[in-house]
Amino acid sequence: MDRREFLKHIGGAAVATSVVLSACKSEGDETPIAKNVIDGQGEMTYRTNPNTGDKVSLLGYGMMRLPIEEGGTLRDHPDSPIDQELVNQEIDYALDHGMNYFDTSPAYCKGMSERATGIALARHPRNSYYIATKLSNFSPSTWDTESSKAMFENSLKELQTDYIDYLLLHSIGGSTNELDSHGLFNARFIDNGILDWLVEQKAAGRIRNLGFSYHGDIAIFDMLLQWHDEGKYHWDFVQIELNYLDWNYADEMNARNTDARYLYEELHKRGIPAVIMEPLLGGRLASLPDHIVKQLQEREPETPVARWAFRFAGTPEGILTVLSGMTYMEHLEQNVATYSPLRPISAEEDAFLMKIAEEIIELPTVPCTACNYCMPCPFGLNIPVIFDYYNKCVTEGKVPAGNHEAKAYQEARKRFLIGLDRTVPSLRQANHCIGCGQCKEHCPQNIDIPTELHRIDDFVEQLKQQG
Amino acid sequence: MLRKIRICLQIITMTLVTLLLLGIGFQVHLWAGWVAKIQFFPAILALSFGVLALLIAATFIFGRIYCSVVCPLGIMQDIFSWIGGKVKKSRFYYAKEKLWLRMVCLVVFIIAMIIGFAPVTTLIEPYSAYSRIVNSLFKPLYDMLNNWLAGMDAANDRYNFTEVQIWMRSVTTFVVAIATLVILGALALWKGRLYCNTICPVGTLLSFCSRYPLLRVRFDKDKCKSCGMCEKNCKAQAIDFKEGKVDYARCVVCGDCLAKCKFDALHYTAKKPATQPKPVDTERRAFLAATAIAGTTAAMAQTQMKVDGGLAVIEDKVAPKRKTPITPPGSVSARHLQRHCTACQLCVSSCPNNVLRPSTDLQHFMQPTMSYERGYCRPECTRCSEVCPTGAIKPITREEKTMQHVGHAVWIKENCVASEKGISCGNCARHCPTGAITMVDYEGPNGTVQVPAVDENKCIGCGACENLCPARPFSAIYVEGNEMHHIN
Repeated sequence: MDRREFLKHIGGAAVATSVVLSACKSEGDETPIAKNVIDGQGEMTYRTNPNTGDKVSLLGYGMMRLPIEEGGTLRDHPDSPIDQELVNQEIDYALDHGMNYFDTSPAYCKGMSERATGIALARHPRNSYYIATKLSNFSPSTWDTESSKAMFENSLKELQTDYIDYLLLHSIGGSTNELDSHGLFNARFIDNGILDWLVEQKAAGRIRNLGFSYHGDIAIFDMLLQWHDEGKYHWDFVQIELNYLDWNYADEMNARNTDARYLYEELHKRGIPAVIMEPLLGGRLASLPDHIVKQLQEREPETPVARWAFRFAGTPEGILTVLSGMTYMEHLEQNVATYSPLRPISAEEDAFLMKIAEEIIELPTVPCTACNYCMPCPFGLNIPVIFDYYNKCVTEGKVPAGNHEAKAYQEARKRFLIGLDRTVPSLRQANHCIGCGQCKEHCPQNIDIPTELHRIDDFVEQLKQQG
Repeated sequence: MLRKIRICLQIITMTLVTLLLLGIGFQVHLWAGWVAKIQFFPAILALSFGVLALLIAATFIFGRIYCSVVCPLGIMQDIFSWIGGKVKKSRFYYAKEKLWLRMVCLVVFIIAMIIGFAPVTTLIEPYSAYSRIVNSLFKPLYDMLNNWLAGMDAANDRYNFTEVQIWMRSVTTFVVAIATLVILGALALWKGRLYCNTICPVGTLLSFCSRYPLLRVRFDKDKCKSCGMCEKNCKAQAIDFKEGKVDYARCVVCGDCLAKCKFDALHYTAKKPATQPKPVDTERRAFLAATAIAGTTAAMAQTQMKVDGGLAVIEDKVAPKRKTPITPPGSVSARHLQRHCTACQLCVSSCPNNVLRPSTDLQHFMQPTMSYERGYCRPECTRCSEVCPTGAIKPITREEKTMQHVGHAVWIKENCVASEKGISCGNCARHCPTGAITMVDYEGPNGTVQVPAVDENKCIGCGACENLCPARPFSAIYVEGNEMHHIN
């Protein structure tokens, strides 16, 4: 028996033993014995779009956090150009490994995403992938009919194509200081007749699937589905935020948000396929506090923490594709492996993740996904970086706690304050937030940004005064 | 031997004073603060009779050792004089004491002190002259080093050094410091301790006590071969070898003459020696590499933030014109500060919040004053009161600090983003540590908004409101000093 064969035998025996042992285990709440799992040994999982019969890869590529030439994303260097070479490589890898859904928007990457996506995709046959892009609603200057049409035509040009596979009304459900959610929706998509025009384009074959992406006021979501039921408009797909935290706890995190379970079930019972965004909640479900990571790793030591979230998001059968905004090749490889093929979350694992979610919502983190929509703050604050620093300290257990006199506390306090000054220049820190609220309407997560900043400011001030 | 001891003590004093003035952290004011408190003039201002008695007694016994091993300005001149000696050996000669000049300088100094004319006292007082040089010229260099180390720390996830702002606190003080360094350096290169023995009021005062010290440098005329090496190497120009006499009013007991004498004809003793000790080793020794003086303008205000595309540009704040300058908590009143402060800049360089800076006003020349463009007087900090060697800023606790009202906030409607632009704010009220600011309804051009109202009785003048006010460059709320701090 050579060495390799021997190892195989031992491995097999270990798996057999663990199967036997887990079978023997009672329903007690002991930690299950760790399982040896290697993902990515098979083919990509596909889901079928009931409207067009499209076979869509379960992993979709979000083109929102593209790599830039200076390294990282635009959040790190806002003036850097996109690293087109790396984007090309990544898209080649994605297509080679069975991915075929690419989601962009005229607004992503300071408006550079569509062009970069178009350049990379045009190097491949048009029938080997699906393009999703959006009629974005970021600036009121794009709301009139002509500008809206021009936005769509420009998307075609940038993406070097004459049809869009999946077109979305971008981010419905928001509101501004002037307009409530109905007012904003009407002003953006109805009053200018653009929704009807899009329906015409679909009939003309320039759009294959028409849908919307949703954040915010549930009344708009319900209204659009009611239109669907009444036959007023037909939605071929809907893009929603779904992950194991938002599934049951979206409203616990923020009363203005709605649980993903409700959104999904409303779509599923109508047979509308769901496209999933924020499966990792802006990366938060990939960087969890040690005690939670430990629980995940005790089950599957070789499974990356983020994979649990991707498996969860891909499990419900009504989900067409799960979008991930992948900057680095390593993330792409890891996510491709996750869905090649999908190992669905079992009922027992589902219960386990719900327990994990309960623990996560207990953390005082800010549910910011670092999308940067709130920026720039007119008073110079660097909002996403402040939240990111605070969240990191919370999840990494670096927030000073316990006996104030203890040496460990004083050391943690010093590190927290010095680290904050290193991460955010003092003039851009939370104590300069005057609470004008201009950022609030831009936040797709509906975070009450000024309140959260003031909470962090109070905490920092209290730390400083212990000096 | 005497020379070696003197050099060792000089190195210790100079290192401690300089580290203290550089504010190197590591709680330096706790373990090195004493070296500022035993300085003669600060001790007078602080009315530290114990320290004064000790220094005077030491002078009666040992001669002017204070000028050799305690006074940092004296040590600095010795360094220059040593360099001068490298260029031209044995260059000094005996000169008569110019007592009239010393007396004039002393009298002028005392009069200036009594009438409180700061420019004279602070300019010629030796300790503050040295501390200004360190604060204005060396501290920026040290801060650059510190920031470089902080950068290394940040790159390696360590937390020993924190980045600090490097900025010009006062052009006048910077110019005065350079002038002091250049003039004193040149004088010392050329004529050794000329400043100490003509202008320095402390030198003159101590010389009254050192005319007949118990221990002194004495000639053994039997051994003296009248080679003159002692006189040629006396940087105080106090030895007349022909007469075999030493002018103890000017001798700073440096021991150079003893080391130079090849014939063992000089001794530092209480009485004439009967026997001779073994000859003094005269090997050359390098002890202090004189710090290279950068003549470049160092402390240019550094930009504090990197501006990225996604960030709004933040305009720098500009100090408002204050009718009454603000003086730090613990300084009792503008008058008390003015009478007790020797403008040594120790508080300025110690202030971690970039609040203190030297005044340019003639009446309070180079003495500390407060302003809040870069930070505010934080409630947990009492650093200036801990370091002040003269009692100009009296030691206070945190609790006492919250009761000392150094000023009061004033709202300027024209600058306020709430009243003028209708933007909801309240950042001043949110950050007031004493709850002195209440937001009240106000009918402005943009409808009803909330604007700050100050309860002067509660306001301590810390400047949190002024510093954190979003209006730039001029804040919409600023602090007016209280001539005398209100205590309640």
